[in-house]
Amino acid sequence: MTARALVDRGSTLVGLVLVAAIFGALVGPQFFAPANLELMARQTAIVGMAALGMTMVIVAGGIDLSVGSVIALSTVVIALLLKGHRGPWAAALGGVAASAICGLANGLLITRLRVVPFIVTLGTMLVVRGAAKGLADERRIEAPATWLNDLLRSGAHGTTAILPPGIWLVIGLALLVSGVLGYTRFGRRLFAIGSNERMARLCGVRVERCKVAVYAAAAAFAGAGGVLQFSKLSVGDPTVAVGLELDVIAAVIIGGGSLLGGRGTVAGTLVGATIMTLIQIGCSQKGLPNWVQQLVTGGIIIGAVALDRVRSARS
Amino acid sequence: MKGPAEAGHSGRGSPEGGHDVENPRFEMRGIKKTFGATVALDGVDLSVRAGEVLALVGQNGAGKSTLMAILAGALASDSGAMRIDGRRFTPRSPLDSRRAGIATIYQELSLAPHLSVMENILLGMEPARFGLLDWSRMRDTAARALAELGHDEIDPGARVETLSVAAQQLVEIARALASGCRVLVLDEPTSSLGRDDVARLFALVRRLKAQGRAIVYISHFIEEVKAIADRFVVLRDGRHAGGGDIAAATPDAIIGMMVGREVADLFPRSPRRRGAAILDVDGLEPGSATFTLHRGEILGIAGLIGAGRTRLLRTIFGLEPVRRGHVRIATYSGACPPDERWKQGAGLLSEDRKAEGLAPGLTVADNLTLTRLDPFGPAGLVSPARQHETARRWISTLGIRCAGAAQAAAELSGGNQQKVALARLLHHDVDLLILDEPTRGIDVASKAQIYALIDALVADTPGRPAKAVLVVSSYLPELVGLCDRVAVMCRGTLGAARDATRVTEHELMMAATGAEAPSSAP
Repeated sequence: MTARALVDRGSTLVGLVLVAAIFGALVGPQFFAPANLELMARQTAIVGMAALGMTMVIVAGGIDLSVGSVIALSTVVIALLLKGHRGPWAAALGGVAASAICGLANGLLITRLRVVPFIVTLGTMLVVRGAAKGLADERRIEAPATWLNDLLRSGAHGTTAILPPGIWLVIGLALLVSGVLGYTRFGRRLFAIGSNERMARLCGVRVERCKVAVYAAAAAFAGAGGVLQFSKLSVGDPTVAVGLELDVIAAVIIGGGSLLGGRGTVAGTLVGATIMTLIQIGCSQKGLPNWVQQLVTGGIIIGAVALDRVRSARS
Repeated sequence: MKGPAEAGHSGRGSPEGGHDVENPRFEMRGIKKTFGATVALDGVDLSVRAGEVLALVGQNGAGKSTLMAILAGALASDSGAMRIDGRRFTPRSPLDSRRAGIATIYQELSLAPHLSVMENILLGMEPARFGLLDWSRMRDTAARALAELGHDEIDPGARVETLSVAAQQLVEIARALASGCRVLVLDEPTSSLGRDDVARLFALVRRLKAQGRAIVYISHFIEEVKAIADRFVVLRDGRHAGGGDIAAATPDAIIGMMVGREVADLFPRSPRRRGAAILDVDGLEPGSATFTLHRGEILGIAGLIGAGRTRLLRTIFGLEPVRRGHVRIATYSGACPPDERWKQGAGLLSEDRKAEGLAPGLTVADNLTLTRLDPFGPAGLVSPARQHETARRWISTLGIRCAGAAQAAAELSGGNQQKVALARLLHHDVDLLILDEPTRGIDVASKAQIYALIDALVADTPGRPAKAVLVVSSYLPELVGLCDRVAVMCRGTLGAARDATRVTEHELMMAATGAEAPSSAP
């Protein structure tokens, strides 16, 4: 790896350190207290989980606007299944499966109708949100308490694990996705599709099949994000996570992903998601109003992309 | 001021009878242009008078497009001068050129498909009252411009996308006239027209000529040039290779000027032995193609850009649908998608390196190995270390100049990019190489290397079955030098393959330009 590649890959991390240093200085050393760090990890978990799938979609040159709605649908399905006396495992898997079906629909619509993903997922964003609301009868759904509610709670069951199980789940799946992108034929083909779809087709990549798979996988990850969301809320809420897809996309972009496709890393994405959390928590702990937080987050997104432009123009 | 620029060359001493022999309306002198080390134009002269049609002919890559880009203001020449009606003219942008009265109608029409005919004709100069569009005046002006062309059947209110290509071209010409052009440049205007539309276009060109406009007509088709032009200029390798009065020149003589020199000794030819048939094409549409290609053989397809050669290759490879006929590769019959073709041992090198050949953002290693990742790990896994090791081997075998297997393909030079694209076929170890313009836009050293490589693939070597190569090229010396047989494609139809050792570039060019009816497939 050349020195420049190292700088290019590391720059998101430098951004993270910079943001952390600034808020550390503003808020004080308690900003880095273990409890605060864990709070940040919990805050990042949902966006981070959904962003794992989004990274794959963006690497393949696509975009998925429906993830916020899918997360809401997932919480509703989980709550309904728990209410129907299904076990927590079945409920969680049911939520993920329902989400994956939404993703499958996205993929099929995009490849069969040959409509750009932005439009298709803009449509399914509304459709899935509507379905979630219909399924829940436009109400929050109370569900019996199970261990699902403890996924993001530290010290549950008296475990000695350093982090709550939900965080470990995100970390484990992040390693998985990172491995898939870097070390499997499927992953290399996603990069090829995102970088030059015509070339991928010429090289015998079954582009349509890969796309359907990647949208289904992305929605499944959003569904897993829904499991975490349910854990946080302990109810099924069809109105939750409105606009969350933008945070998810922003995490990927800050992490070095390109909306033109062919670029993006899991590590970058998670760092991107963490940067956004740092800003949120830092601002609220410093007592800065919400609008400052939005200004800073927006600035970071634009700054990240501008930096990327400068870098690619130089090469 | 001296006479027409062509007078210094082979067209000397043939002043036209009925034309205005005064100063030219438009004139280019000593135009030079280089791109890096490549000399695209080397002192080109050209002039056209009012009421005259000047044909500009030349092979692909002769410098026609560069010359036109300079004329249209899209490129600046390194040296040389242009004059319009005797006044010095140095366009700094396409807009400058348009304002000076030069209108270029490109092959790819530049109309706004969703707007109406009149909006397109008056784009940028819409009549307005108090800031509001004056629709009735717009309609009148557009209708007048169309009537002037003798085509008042086109409704000024129609949306452009609903019109035929021929009618769209007329709209574009009408726009050129409405903007008051003095020099009209038509770049391959008949390439997408049917026979009747060509006749109508010619009638229009004669009408414009009679109105005293100066017209530059660019075409590969010699019979068209003979039919429509008064004088001609031939470009070859960026130089003025001849010209003169069209009536005095035979198609043969014009083609002689286009083809020029003999084949340089760039092409090694190892002993080849024709083996088993590997590609069988029978009555394939599109392309009207019938041929058989064997191991140990190179079959070339000559023809002009737009003749349908690329489409034929893509159809064979499963990138475009087979409309009729039959393809067999080795023992596999019928139409197959590209992934099947790779599995059957066929590989395609695209003519368009940037858009289809390579993924510019990905590494050399990824580009090189994408079609065959299975040697790098079990069960769908890919070990980047092994992938890079393989890529490094090809990099050294082919002498690809790059910083390493991890460098992005976009950062390589054209010749090295092409070697990466070709190495993909070698890594896949295909038996049938389908190469579309394998040496387009690359330096001579890389060309020579690629020729040697292709020759080695089909050479009769003990212990290794020879490969088969199907190659499309617009560069005739390459086809004659490299191939065993060459077939010519003209206007969507592939002729019979001829023995490359007995065919001349001249004959191929005659067939490709339609100056000779292409012999039909057996």
